Amino acid sequence: MINLSLITPELFLAISAFVVLVGDLFLPRESKRALAAITALVLVLAVVISVSGSDIQGFLYNGMVIVDDYTTFFRILFPLMSLSVVLMSVDFVHQRLRYPGEYYSLILFATLAMIGMAEAGEIITAYISLELLNFCLYVLVSYARDNPKSNEAGLKYIILSAFASALLLYGFSFLYGIAGTTSYVGIAQALETLITTNGLSGGLVMALVLITAGLGFKVAAVPFHMWTPDVYEGAPIPVTALISVASKAAGFALLLRFFSGALAPVAAEWGIVVAVIAVVSMTIGNLVAIQQHNMMRLLAYSSISQVGYLLIGLVALNSFTASAVLLHVAGYGASNLVAFMCATAYFNLTGKDEISDYAGLAERAPFLALSMTIALFSLAGLPFFAGFVTKFYLFTAAANSGLLWLVAIAVTNSLISLYYYIQVVRQMYISQPQDMSRLPMPALTVGTLIVLLAAVILIGVYPAPVVTAVEGAVRVLGLS
Amino acid sequence: MPILSLTIFLPVLGALAIMAMPSTWDRAIKRTALLTAFCSLALSLYQFLIFNPSLPGYQLEERYKWLPQLGVSLHLGVDGISSPMVLLTGIVIFSAVLISWKTSYRAKDYFILLFFLVAGVYGTFESLDLFFFFFFYELAVIPMYPLIGIWGSSSDFGNFARTKEYGALKLTIYLVAGSVPVWLALLAMYVQSGTGSFDILILQEVSFPTEFQNFFFPLILIGFGVLAGLWPFHTWSPDGHVAAPTAVSMLHAGVLMKLGAYGIIRVGILLLPQGAVTWMPLLIVLATVNVIYGAISALGQKDLKYVIGYSSVSHMGYVLMGMATLLPIGLSAAVLQMFSHGIMTALFFAAVGVIYDQAHTREIAVFGGLARRMGVVAAFFAVAGLTSLGLPGFSGFVAEFLIFVATFEKYPVFGVLGVIGAAITAVYILRLIATVFFGPLNERWSQMQDAPLIQGIGMAILVFTLLFIGLYPSPVMAVINSGVAPLILRIGLAAGAG
Repeated sequence: MINLSLITPELFLAISAFVVLVGDLFLPRESKRALAAITALVLVLAVVISVSGSDIQGFLYNGMVIVDDYTTFFRILFPLMSLSVVLMSVDFVHQRLRYPGEYYSLILFATLAMIGMAEAGEIITAYISLELLNFCLYVLVSYARDNPKSNEAGLKYIILSAFASALLLYGFSFLYGIAGTTSYVGIAQALETLITTNGLSGGLVMALVLITAGLGFKVAAVPFHMWTPDVYEGAPIPVTALISVASKAAGFALLLRFFSGALAPVAAEWGIVVAVIAVVSMTIGNLVAIQQHNMMRLLAYSSISQVGYLLIGLVALNSFTASAVLLHVAGYGASNLVAFMCATAYFNLTGKDEISDYAGLAERAPFLALSMTIALFSLAGLPFFAGFVTKFYLFTAAANSGLLWLVAIAVTNSLISLYYYIQVVRQMYISQPQDMSRLPMPALTVGTLIVLLAAVILIGVYPAPVVTAVEGAVRVLGLS
Repeated sequence: MPILSLTIFLPVLGALAIMAMPSTWDRAIKRTALLTAFCSLALSLYQFLIFNPSLPGYQLEERYKWLPQLGVSLHLGVDGISSPMVLLTGIVIFSAVLISWKTSYRAKDYFILLFFLVAGVYGTFESLDLFFFFFFYELAVIPMYPLIGIWGSSSDFGNFARTKEYGALKLTIYLVAGSVPVWLALLAMYVQSGTGSFDILILQEVSFPTEFQNFFFPLILIGFGVLAGLWPFHTWSPDGHVAAPTAVSMLHAGVLMKLGAYGIIRVGILLLPQGAVTWMPLLIVLATVNVIYGAISALGQKDLKYVIGYSSVSHMGYVLMGMATLLPIGLSAAVLQMFSHGIMTALFFAAVGVIYDQAHTREIAVFGGLARRMGVVAAFFAVAGLTSLGLPGFSGFVAEFLIFVATFEKYPVFGVLGVIGAAITAVYILRLIATVFFGPLNERWSQMQDAPLIQGIGMAILVFTLLFIGLYPSPVMAVINSGVAPLILRIGLAAGAG
């Protein structure tokens, strides 16, 4: 008996994505903005459906899909992230892109794929969800057809990403060869017996290395990060936001369930590998970010360093660190969305995205400058904003798991990051603008920013509800 | 009445109220700022007056659940050490707002940032939970960058030029760098204690192993030492203070540097007494370097504000010296010196600020005979100077005298060096007063006028405090001693165990 009511939100998203795609054909050219409104409405409804159906839980298709509190958490988080991306896309798409129908429908498909990554209970479903997400992103990255940078980014992304997907699939096939099953639970059982009898075999090492590389590419961890700056710079800014925030969060959603489910028996083996990747990601991300002149490239390297922090939580996986990862994903997501919202708004108004172009923004658009400052300070981990609490929680969890040395590196990195974030703040507040004219702020931008800022500050001053939600989501992973 | 949480939220409320006003409402903004500062002062004074030194433990405690999963609660309270610090904050912010009365450039943003800074300072002094201690500590650092970067001033002496951006960035990076080892030490204590709590009252019941204390105490000492201006991590302090606008220099040198010294006491000595006993011989050396090096550097400065900046480094050395003795009078005197220096340096910066507002230069050599034009400023500056060199009758004398007594008892050689530092202080202070305020009046300054009434009041409050503490220190000392006593008890136990 297949209980399809378990995947109501996914079905709703899939159908709506087609509706948007088809609806585009019937809408006259001047009212294409309605598509954005419909998409936003769909995403809000998806959240409502997920929340109201949060007690409908269980396994579907013999455990291919797992619907539990963890899934519900991401069914709420991903549509909210996509919703922010849609809201920041409205003016951008209208001014600079053609074919809005496909654009919005691809965002819905991407959201669907991300939820799939979080709820997958076996490796094929996980892989297919990941590929669906990738295909949506390939198209979206190169959406600005007339912009050579966007084309270049799209090409780079498709080649490198396909390569990474191949590695991942190869790793998965090794894993299947060892375990004889694709389900996370089955793999864990098989590895358990294998480890106790034979120890670590060559095939298992291959599988772990290939999977780490494939997923490392997805979340842009060093040394699999080379695509990030170019794609961030070339892709339309809202798409960059989608990649940087939502797609990365989806990567971690998959990683957490996969590592805690399937790879738990070999936790000690990949722990040290993840620790090394975490250290190089944050260090290289931060050091290279200092050199950047372009806002998007700065945010690209900053996101690489944030992945480094997040990976700390995977090194010693327990329920405390897993909650910390989810909390930081949420906090980082909210802060980064504010930063991208500001960058999009500024780009819409001026067509510029170099850091030096932000000179004197505080005089020209005080609210935009303030929002950007809050976002950057939150990313740097300063108090009153989400970043401080989520980092403190993450580092406490890591220290509590005996990783104080890793925390020492992370905290030092946090200091380095403050330097380049402050450089942007310096441009906005201290440097004098060349053009003194005030920039008019669209009401939609202001409204979205206020909501996102409220989230950043709320997590920063009263995180208890979010922490409770996160801990509830992690509980079902069965970690110690 | 939840007095302590009010002291934190009142400045935030003031900042929010100012945020809601359009920037053209200059008078309303300043009046709101003054009202907020006045209420802060009143609350700070009130909590000091109702503080009862004969009761043990923390007073005016408040505790609110915040993040039980992490063992964090908003736990506030004051003891004999923090209560005077809260009062100091109230006095300096009120005076600083009066001194900033003439700020016209983006006054709205200026006061908003100033009050967030003050909220952070109050929070740090009053927090009895390490998470919030750290939270407020960092909150106090953030506004410094824009405050100095936007409203600060650059100095340029040809071969020696420092822009305000340089000072702002250096200060911010140093202070946040200082928080790195502190953060690590906090987490280590949290994990090691196994209590799952960041509450200081719970953590102080835990006796950490000796090796643990010896390893992590220096992290706290250095981390907070950066903020306290500990040599060789002090270099941000003169550059930052000089670049900052007057009120920010007052708050920073007057109050924020005390946060560093307070952190060493509250987190370092209280929670890791054994580590303190092990490492204090190092601190006495560094502190003595602070005193002598700061004083000699002050001798060589050409910029009025740099002299005060280096004198702060030197005077914070006395605080650290007193602390390093770990003797009852030494610690009490260190806290009194924190209070006294906070007021004194605020007065110095205020007076220099009034001069700079009119002269637009701070080069010592170009001044002369200013006392004829600005008698009140000259008199106030002289009061600060006399306090600084430790003249009896002013608060500096009581504090420094007791610090020397304690140091002579424990480390006689360093006591002698400390006295030499005081002698150098007398040289640069008297020379400064003589050059700037006396001698023939330079024609260029014939148009200078005395401080306007409102700024005069701001400075008069500071002068009054200095004289009051100097002539009648016993009530303040009673409060401070009540805070130091339990520390001494813990140090004694630790030394006995070691």
